[in-house]
Amino acid sequence: MNSELINILNSIIANATPLVIAGLGETISERSGVTNLSLDGSLQLAAMAGFAAALASGNLLVGCAAAMLVGAIIALIVVAANIELRQDMVAVGFVLTLLCADIAQFLGQDLAGQRVPPMTKLNIPLLADVPVVGPILFQQPAIVYVSYILIFVIWWWMYHTRGGLALRAVGERPATAFARGTNVNRMRYVYTIIGGALVGLGGAAFSLAIKPGWTTPPAMRGEGWIALAIVIFGGWNPFRVVLGAYLFAILRALASAIQRSPDIQIPLVLLNMLPWMLMIATLILVSSGAIDRLLSIMPRPLQKWTRNFLRSEPPAALGTRFEQD
Amino acid sequence: MSQPKTIRVLFVLLSIGASLLATSVLVLLVGENPIEVFGHIWQGAFRNSEATAGVFNFWIPLALCSMGLIITFTAGLWNIGVEGQIVAGALAASWAARTFVLPNEIQIPLELLLATAGGALWGLLIGILKIRFGVHEIFGGVGLNAIISVYSIYLIAGPWQPPEGGSAQATQPFSDYALLHPMSSQFPVSLFTLILTFAAIIAVYLLLRGTRWGLQLKATGKNAKSALLLGVPTTRTTLTALMACGMLAGVAGAYRVLFTYDSLRPNVSGGIGFLGLLLVLLTGMNALWTPIVAFIFAAILSGSTRLRVSLQLDSSLAGVLQGILVLSMLLFNGLRQRLFERRRASAAPPASPLDVQPLVSDSKAASGE
Repeated sequence: MNSELINILNSIIANATPLVIAGLGETISERSGVTNLSLDGSLQLAAMAGFAAALASGNLLVGCAAAMLVGAIIALIVVAANIELRQDMVAVGFVLTLLCADIAQFLGQDLAGQRVPPMTKLNIPLLADVPVVGPILFQQPAIVYVSYILIFVIWWWMYHTRGGLALRAVGERPATAFARGTNVNRMRYVYTIIGGALVGLGGAAFSLAIKPGWTTPPAMRGEGWIALAIVIFGGWNPFRVVLGAYLFAILRALASAIQRSPDIQIPLVLLNMLPWMLMIATLILVSSGAIDRLLSIMPRPLQKWTRNFLRSEPPAALGTRFEQD
Repeated sequence: MSQPKTIRVLFVLLSIGASLLATSVLVLLVGENPIEVFGHIWQGAFRNSEATAGVFNFWIPLALCSMGLIITFTAGLWNIGVEGQIVAGALAASWAARTFVLPNEIQIPLELLLATAGGALWGLLIGILKIRFGVHEIFGGVGLNAIISVYSIYLIAGPWQPPEGGSAQATQPFSDYALLHPMSSQFPVSLFTLILTFAAIIAVYLLLRGTRWGLQLKATGKNAKSALLLGVPTTRTTLTALMACGMLAGVAGAYRVLFTYDSLRPNVSGGIGFLGLLLVLLTGMNALWTPIVAFIFAAILSGSTRLRVSLQLDSSLAGVLQGILVLSMLLFNGLRQRLFERRRASAAPPASPLDVQPLVSDSKAASGE
């Protein structure tokens, strides 16, 4: 494999990282039944807060912590407004999306052009020297390694612990979970806040590592919506969500490679539309009607595999409120 | 609801106070005096008749969009695509303004007609994505907004750029016969569109109150499945609601290019569609309160455009103030209902107009499968 291709793959992994972390955060929040629609705004505000905190303290860890705190507070507003005040979570999330984006722009107006030394690449001893895999996966900024760990921890927690079983139960059959002694609303608080903190960390991954700095309008505008769509594409399964984020990054890298190549003339406009067309196309693909049609033209042996891969059933109680008392 | 009016008013005042307080804190964070900033916004909006006309110039597109959004919210739809519908209307109007050479009295209606068609088409696409392809209207809308916005930037920087070379800031200004004209130089507002806006407000109010279609919208919004079983054509209602909203948003877009500016600009909607969504959430889809509150929002928006000049403050403060206002109104509303319900434990909680709607797989109910 030539070094140019390895470089491209390395940057794909890095570029996908904010979406991976934010997508995982939203996944656990939605798995508990809470839609946090504020993602696009919270990513921006967390990125801004993380950058400002890192600038003030000179410490990237403080920046990450500040971003996580911001994400957690926003998630807390969504879940508390739903559980305590009975407000529609889509409405509150949508208002927060717009509000947080505006707050980020307002408070960040003097941050544009300032510089914090971004996260440097950190080679993992031994692993970094493995041919091909090493330079792609293990010569990355620290935040990328955090995302690897998160993928496995969240998957393991969700499918191999009692706590994870309860999490899934709360999102699927809250009444049953409650009858078996699970405190449904407390679980929703916990997981939505953790999910929000991860979304915040995703924002920090943007402003402190992947696209360092702060601009007006922010570079990550729109990414939150894509993260939300990836969670649906991923069928609320952490591995598939992560796969979706990487696929998305690969397609984007392909598009910009095409744009650079002198032989193929594609208007730039089409390339800028591409992420959004992809978003709509993937959502069409995982909708039940499209899967059925696809299955009917598939050869039999492939049918089961395709269905299992594409099936995207939301947690049954997603978006509903549970009356605990 | 049987709650005393004073309590409701008290809570509205509380939430306004809380949002002013929260905004003040943010203003203090960037090192400015909140009182001075609010004073500047007021000054910016109402210092003289031209400034007041500026408020109307924000009010007209905002009121048009929010009346359209009342229709889609009534049908239970989150029409985030309204932004894209504004841009689609602006594109269609710009195309007509560049293409035809007709007397002003014929040209303007033609441009507005095409703008309604453009907006309706962009609304219809969201509906088709939702009903035929199972894409929730929020995601369909967000995607289509971005797509048409990118396309408008392409037109501005490419085929429609001024002959002396594009700065990517605006197209060649349209000729005078293609533009809407102000009613006077002291009060530069387009009388024709002002009348059109009032007509739209009244039309939406009457449509929702007294027509079969209005009833079908309500039935579809409340419970699409039962509505279908009772013989309401829910698919058609969903599509027509999105198209109706798109038409009004299209006129708003045409107003932006034919009056506010004299050319097509990037980000032509200026966030007015999103603001309309906030507004309708705030007023709870009330067709009479919405245009009134829209005027307050338009004043904040218009008044804060000068903040950058006068105080070197980003004009996103308008969005901050409006967003906090809507959020605190939602939260205080919830608090009020909660407190009220505690006193009378047996009373059922009032149904929210925007009842819980899952973000996915509700296409079946809407299309009646």
